[in-house]
Amino acid sequence: MDSLNFLQQPIVFLVWTSILKTLFVLFGAILPLVSLSVFAERKVSAFIQDRLGPNRVGAPASLLGFKKDPHLWGFGQMVADPIKLLLKENFIPNSVNKFYYYIAPKLTMIPPLLVLAVIPFGSSFLTGPDGKPVQMVIANIDVGVLYVFAVSSLGVYGIVLAGWASNSKYPFLGGIRSSSQMISYELALGLSVVPVFLICGTINLSQIVDWQIKNGWLIFPISVVGGVHFEWWRLALIPLMGISFIIFLVSMFAETNRTPFDLPEAEQELVGGYHTEYSSMGFALFFLGEYAAMIAGSGVIVTLFFGGWSLPWIPDGTSTWLFGLENHVWSWVPGAFWGFVNINVFFAKVCAFIFFFIWVRWTVPRFRYDQLMRLGWIYFFEIALANIFLVAAVLVYLKP
Amino acid sequence: MALVVQRPKLSLAEKLYLPAVLGGLMLTIRHFFKSLGGKTETMQYPEQKWDDKLPEWYRGAPTLVADEWGRERCVSCQLCEFICPPRAITITPEEIPRTDVWAKVEKRPKEFEIDMIRCIYCGLCEEVCPEQAIFLRKDYAITGYSRAEMKHNKAKLYELGGVMPDVINKWNDQK
Repeated sequence: MDSLNFLQQPIVFLVWTSILKTLFVLFGAILPLVSLSVFAERKVSAFIQDRLGPNRVGAPASLLGFKKDPHLWGFGQMVADPIKLLLKENFIPNSVNKFYYYIAPKLTMIPPLLVLAVIPFGSSFLTGPDGKPVQMVIANIDVGVLYVFAVSSLGVYGIVLAGWASNSKYPFLGGIRSSSQMISYELALGLSVVPVFLICGTINLSQIVDWQIKNGWLIFPISVVGGVHFEWWRLALIPLMGISFIIFLVSMFAETNRTPFDLPEAEQELVGGYHTEYSSMGFALFFLGEYAAMIAGSGVIVTLFFGGWSLPWIPDGTSTWLFGLENHVWSWVPGAFWGFVNINVFFAKVCAFIFFFIWVRWTVPRFRYDQLMRLGWIYFFEIALANIFLVAAVLVYLKP
Repeated sequence: MALVVQRPKLSLAEKLYLPAVLGGLMLTIRHFFKSLGGKTETMQYPEQKWDDKLPEWYRGAPTLVADEWGRERCVSCQLCEFICPPRAITITPEEIPRTDVWAKVEKRPKEFEIDMIRCIYCGLCEEVCPEQAIFLRKDYAITGYSRAEMKHNKAKLYELGGVMPDVINKWNDQK
């Protein structure tokens, strides 16, 4: 073990834990989640429409000499879909602008992945050489939410470039629609989280989570650290945070181009929208980009309004309390176990939101474009702006 | 005089749009859980088939039928070949030898082919057949791995058609 001691040097420790965290988030969480949510989309939509959905593709056991192929309720579809997309012919029309046509799908895929870098997805597993626990966030930066908005709005470049580089009318219209839609909802999105900063006093996402652990989730303000306690003045914040949350949620739908705001890819009007001219993996990257954006968006919502990785009565990776009390009976449980539980809590919350995204998609019909613009500019923008003043007033006059 | 359509007066709840959305969400989640409990409308196709739900007049694959004594009805008049709009039918006629028991009829198909890739299930062959030898039976799952396999030959057509007893009997001496 002595030969591994160099791993404990501060810089080396930082590097290898960061690499591990990045690899875990990318390959351990996001790519399987994308695959799973594509499968969930098909299955949930089927169930909502009283169908069965994909239920055939299972394990190919008969290739190994078994008599029957277990169908596994169609879970093989998660593997079969990417394989199919990878093996399809990548047809590139002659008239496209090759360079932008190539990079556009990548540009939609990368921003959601970058967003995930600042989202705290767990408490901590290890204690570093300096005695501080390793935070389960790839980059714990102080500009957190600003970075999220800055990077996630870059996703529109991919769509606009795809629309323009396709050299075709309908994709172009899709790209234009997407850009104006993103701009309209970016404002409401930004303004609706200002109350969160006002209350928490920070825009570092990890610190927002910490604040929510101590003072209760923003949408459900009852804290259980050191016994259940509740402050009466925060009662006034519940409706205001509800407004904030609804605006943020709906704007997130618009940002990620999900129904009812999927106007850039409205098949009935635009043939298929910005990805009409794309085939096989190019198309798949747009698809994955949309789902990755959905996961990143859910991660941001969970972190801002639903206490991130925290669950009442479940400790983080370093603390000794449980069920809200200092409890030495439970101190034999290693902190790493609770760190593991916290990560699962975070992803469970994210999955619940992905389900919600899918659920809404198969319920609400698509908006008309003028309705979309009116909702963004006339209603959400004003309501979010007024909400900031209301929250500020509560903080000034009611907070003791 | 232009017709003035009155805009409906919406209540605040309707203008907010959210109650309607929530109502819709409740509706779809009910369907979701109902389906999760196993109550779906899906028919599991290759295992469950339409067979008992097909209407009497269903036009499936065109087939040749034999009568109740197992004799070929077809006399190779080639009317079906002539009427077939997509020209899916090809008949090679043959004379029945004088020595045969059924020599009265004189002709029979040596080969009878229906190209199922071409067939449009119009049923004109069935309409036009003077001997009621060709019928559109209820087979609808017609698949094959090659174009050659999709050409139904005489043997296949009789296998699909089976027996169809009725009034026309061309071997009747009084006829």
